[in-house]
Amino acid sequence: MLNTLFSGDFPRSRWLTGLLLLIAVALLLAPFLFPGSRPLDTAAKVCIFIVLVASYDLLLGYTGVVSFAHTVFFGMGAYGAAIALAKVGPGWGALLTGGALGVLSAMVLALLIALFSLRVRAIFFAMVTLAVASAFAILVSQLFHITGGEDGLSYSLPRELTPAFRLVQDKVFDVRIDGRLLTYYLVLTACAGLFLGLLRLVNSPFGRVLQAIRENEFRAEALGYRTVLYRTLASCIAAGVAALAGVMMAVWARYTGPETTLSMDIMVNILLMVVIGGMGTLYGAVVGATLFVLAQNYLQTLMAGLSSAVSGVPVLPNLFAPDRWLLWLGVLFILSVYFFPTGLVGRLRGTGSGR
Amino acid sequence: MTHAEHPVLATDGLTVRFGGHVAVNDVTCAFHRGTLTAIVGPNGAGKTTYFNLISGQLKATAGRVFVNGEDVTRFPAPRRTERGIGRAFQLTNLFPNLSVLENVRLAVQARSAHGFSLFSMASRHVELIEQAEHVLARVGLLDRAGAVAATLSHGDKRKLEVGMMLALERDILMFDEPTAGMSVDEAPVILDLIRQIKADTSKTILLVEHKMDVIRSLADRIIVLHNGYLVADGAPAEVMSSPIVQEAYLGTGVADHV
Repeated sequence: MLNTLFSGDFPRSRWLTGLLLLIAVALLLAPFLFPGSRPLDTAAKVCIFIVLVASYDLLLGYTGVVSFAHTVFFGMGAYGAAIALAKVGPGWGALLTGGALGVLSAMVLALLIALFSLRVRAIFFAMVTLAVASAFAILVSQLFHITGGEDGLSYSLPRELTPAFRLVQDKVFDVRIDGRLLTYYLVLTACAGLFLGLLRLVNSPFGRVLQAIRENEFRAEALGYRTVLYRTLASCIAAGVAALAGVMMAVWARYTGPETTLSMDIMVNILLMVVIGGMGTLYGAVVGATLFVLAQNYLQTLMAGLSSAVSGVPVLPNLFAPDRWLLWLGVLFILSVYFFPTGLVGRLRGTGSGR
Repeated sequence: MTHAEHPVLATDGLTVRFGGHVAVNDVTCAFHRGTLTAIVGPNGAGKTTYFNLISGQLKATAGRVFVNGEDVTRFPAPRRTERGIGRAFQLTNLFPNLSVLENVRLAVQARSAHGFSLFSMASRHVELIEQAEHVLARVGLLDRAGAVAATLSHGDKRKLEVGMMLALERDILMFDEPTAGMSVDEAPVILDLIRQIKADTSKTILLVEHKMDVIRSLADRIIVLHNGYLVADGAPAEVMSSPIVQEAYLGTGVADHV
């Protein structure tokens, strides 16, 4: 049962298992453990980024394909749902149709990019994806009458997903069971399903071929695998999953704009999360995304506290001023890459494998 | 014309040029079912390049390659493998971070239809794993099945290299110096294996080898490449005694055979 659910690919480290369980329990009980809208917002973003980062790891860590267009697919899903909700109105039909169209067009675009450029060398593919990402961002900003341009789109959700909707009249454990909570659990369930789906994919015969391509494409070809087909299919699947994460982002944030879905910052963040967590291990996506999103949301708060705690000492308060959180995020990243070149998961598996 | 009339493998005027250097020059040769042909020649004679042209790792500048009478010259490597060509490489060419079993399992899987099975668990395709273990037992690596390929000794890597080709179960088997760098104790495992495969007369074997005693005991026929040209072709005793081979093989006073 557990073997089927996790596709036989277990964390293989006591520490990692503990960490993953902690993250899972925290996400599952987030609305009850950490009341308030900001913690819930962070938890939902952790879920969404776990899926987004895991789908990117399918390309980078498992297949060895470097792409910079992952945010484009994420954005296509988000804009698909957002445009439909903004133009048609807050209905389930609009949400599902728009989302489905977004996912579909992301997969078609991934197919086109792959057909044009996966045959050639890796660096060329990376450059093509970079160009596509820039072009798409410009397109979104220019087509402002559809996409809202740089301002993005705000829209309403179907009534069942709004804070005004009450599933249960009374509070449960002092928490209102409203549409927002329902949305969170929808996102959480979808993300868990997608993650386990990806875990199955990388442990399938298909996933093994992807790893073979990463390890030695030349030999994979000599064994008879048509590697271009495999990489193309992997690209399309990764794009589809990223777009689904985008749909969830659009639903959760009730706003879709270039800053939240398409910016190069997000692309870089995805890369960082994959590397911090550990490439080629989907569990790395869980660890990396959780730590990164937490740092993004709480490092500033933490530093404000730290800064005031050392307020008597010279220089230090300035060094830890909340505005400098990006500097410290950078330092943390450099340290983690330096000390854990195989990512946190690789590190934990290396030391805690005494199972 | 029936397929039986064709040689299993043939090259016709096969040539490849790298800039001004012609590495394989107008090689026309046919290989028949149930034979083992040794390909000899000094370093740089074009033996491995000839193999690369046959199995599709290199595109020919001119000439054609036929498998069972079908022109495969324009086929990429995977399609040639489908048509029956199996290849073990001279420079060991493994999936270094995967397990020994997984290396062979991937080869077994390559000839099954499971490559595009997206949502089944690879570990539940027991038949593929059993076949891979069978191959590992044949090359004497079953006890190392769980090891990461990169951690194997040189000799074991050579065995795995050969195992991956065997697992493909192709009709044409191309060994490129299978015992190169192996210790005296290890080489016989591979040589016995080649002998066993040879007993199966449905196979066509091509073997690049330097050790003359190995060639003498295994080969039905020898072809000699020198500076990219096919300079001799015949029964082992005959070819080995010819002056052209003595000269080419010893590498003394490299004569121009054009």
